[in-house]
Amino acid sequence: MNQLLSISGYLAVKEVWRNRGRFLLVSLVIALITLLVLFIAALGEGLGNGNREYISKLDAELIVYQAKSDFLIAASRLGRDRLAAVRRVTGVADAGMFGAASANLVLPSDVEPLKVALLGVEPGHVGEPQVLEGQQLSTDLAQEVIIDSNTAYRSGIGVGDTLTIRVTQGTRDELFDLRVVGVADGQQYSLQPSIFAPFYTWDRIRPKSEAEVNSSNPVANVVLVKLEDPAQIEAVSQRLAEQVDNVEAATLKDAIQALPGYSAQQSTLNTQGGFTLFIGILVIGGFFQIQILQKVAQIGVLKAIGTANPVVAASSVIQIMVVTVVGVAIGALLAFLFSLTFPPTVPIVFNGTTSLLAVVALLLIGPLGGLVSIRYAVRIEPLKALGLSS
Amino acid sequence: MTAYALETKSVIKTYQSDSGTIYAVDDVSLQVAAGEFVALVGPSGSGKTTMLSMLAALLQPSSGQILLDGQDLAGTDDLQRVTMRREKIGFTFQANNLVPYLSAVENVELMLRLNNKLDKAGKLRARELLARLGLGERLHNLPGQMSGGQQQRVAIARALIHNPSLVLADEPTASLDTERAYQVVETFAGLIHEQQRAGIMVTHDLRMCEYVDRVLQMQDGKLVRIYSTHDEIMELVRGGRH
Repeated sequence: MNQLLSISGYLAVKEVWRNRGRFLLVSLVIALITLLVLFIAALGEGLGNGNREYISKLDAELIVYQAKSDFLIAASRLGRDRLAAVRRVTGVADAGMFGAASANLVLPSDVEPLKVALLGVEPGHVGEPQVLEGQQLSTDLAQEVIIDSNTAYRSGIGVGDTLTIRVTQGTRDELFDLRVVGVADGQQYSLQPSIFAPFYTWDRIRPKSEAEVNSSNPVANVVLVKLEDPAQIEAVSQRLAEQVDNVEAATLKDAIQALPGYSAQQSTLNTQGGFTLFIGILVIGGFFQIQILQKVAQIGVLKAIGTANPVVAASSVIQIMVVTVVGVAIGALLAFLFSLTFPPTVPIVFNGTTSLLAVVALLLIGPLGGLVSIRYAVRIEPLKALGLSS
Repeated sequence: MTAYALETKSVIKTYQSDSGTIYAVDDVSLQVAAGEFVALVGPSGSGKTTMLSMLAALLQPSSGQILLDGQDLAGTDDLQRVTMRREKIGFTFQANNLVPYLSAVENVELMLRLNNKLDKAGKLRARELLARLGLGERLHNLPGQMSGGQQQRVAIARALIHNPSLVLADEPTASLDTERAYQVVETFAGLIHEQQRAGIMVTHDLRMCEYVDRVLQMQDGKLVRIYSTHDEIMELVRGGRH
């Protein structure tokens, strides 16, 4: 085995080194494919993350929706009576109202207003994000908000500042001033920077239809539920359905999958990534197949002087691995350098696991693409290759 | 026990075609002793290349025996034949002889590497052999940086470096001009004699027979004549010159 690796490694490295320009060219093509795959993966991660960030970071296990709302937060309406009923269910440790709406954050006169997700949460209950800087929300009626770091970055607003929200209620545009008490890290909602207001304040300042303007009964979209024992998720989910009228519960994972456009977006990006990998397989396969065709006589000589087939095959595999590893390394380095130039507002996230998976897939496409050429090399007949066959 | 490095007994190689069985090699028996350089000549289609392929363990005979150092090549499997080629046979071809990405000395050392015998002494021997062949200044040149004659001489060094019992040369002068062709064959013959190898050269150029000890003439797959004496061979050579 050592002898086999020693000879095949020697032949492979010598050939790559003596033809380094040609092999480097292929490595650069692989580097570009790597760059593309990593960016698609990062874009998928960034978009997915921007979509699910708030929900995936919730300290909750279940989300309770209005029945038949298809787990769409915007389509669900739950009143305070449901919250009380949910809190009474055995196994529920905490529950909090959650409402989602869109609003414009008014910025200095020469800057376009920033579209934000205006979210209503109950202070001290599940759903309220933990602040990195400043304080948590004080009461349900306080004229204060927590903003996420993305909102702070884009607007330049910080703790202690007062921000102005513009919403449409009925047919009128209304402006509301709110004091920023805290900044939370990474709490985007539906790819929008977010602002968290106490639930009753949120209900007062959120966009409303004409019919809702005079209503005094606050309505949330969903109720976020934290369990006493997360292992009892199935049982509590069942009890919620039985004991609370007209609701259905979903795990966070199911809730994320049900986010509008989330699954379609992820599958589109995954398909793009898959196709790019497939193109990589074709490029590597094509290059090595052409190369093998060009050196049939040379392989014939090697075999005629006593080089065994495993040496020829291992030599090809080593060459493919060298070219692929160099290409992936260059591509990964380029991706890393590019990533440093993107502002945090661009939805590109180089998540360790996703990037690692993409790199492993890219390293596998080399040998996969070269399989045909390796098989061809092994089947070369020295007699025919040397023109000795009758 | 055989006294010959190479001995064939009634070797036959047949192919099937639409018109029936073709005898590419038909009942050929020959012997080559260690230190003997033999030419295999004959017109195109006489079977000499097929014979050479069988002697090189690249092709199995349909029947008969090919004894190399007493071991029958006909009864071996693929792996054994690869080992035989690596250990007991040296080979030079018409063209595309060398591995293009290895230098002259690396091409020669390759045979030692394949046999797991590349040590300091082997490296020194490779350099000395190349120097003897007039390539002392070309050790690190790639094949593409050498002339056809120089490449053939590197191939000769590679065919001899691992001390094989049998050295085969398939038209080694085919791509060379007359002067270089004479030089290559003369050097080849000298080394065969000096190192006591059994050497067989397939050639269509009868002038090159000047340096061999015997000439085996094939026609229609059969061994039709053997030129053994110096006078017979020189007469054949003179015929080739005209």
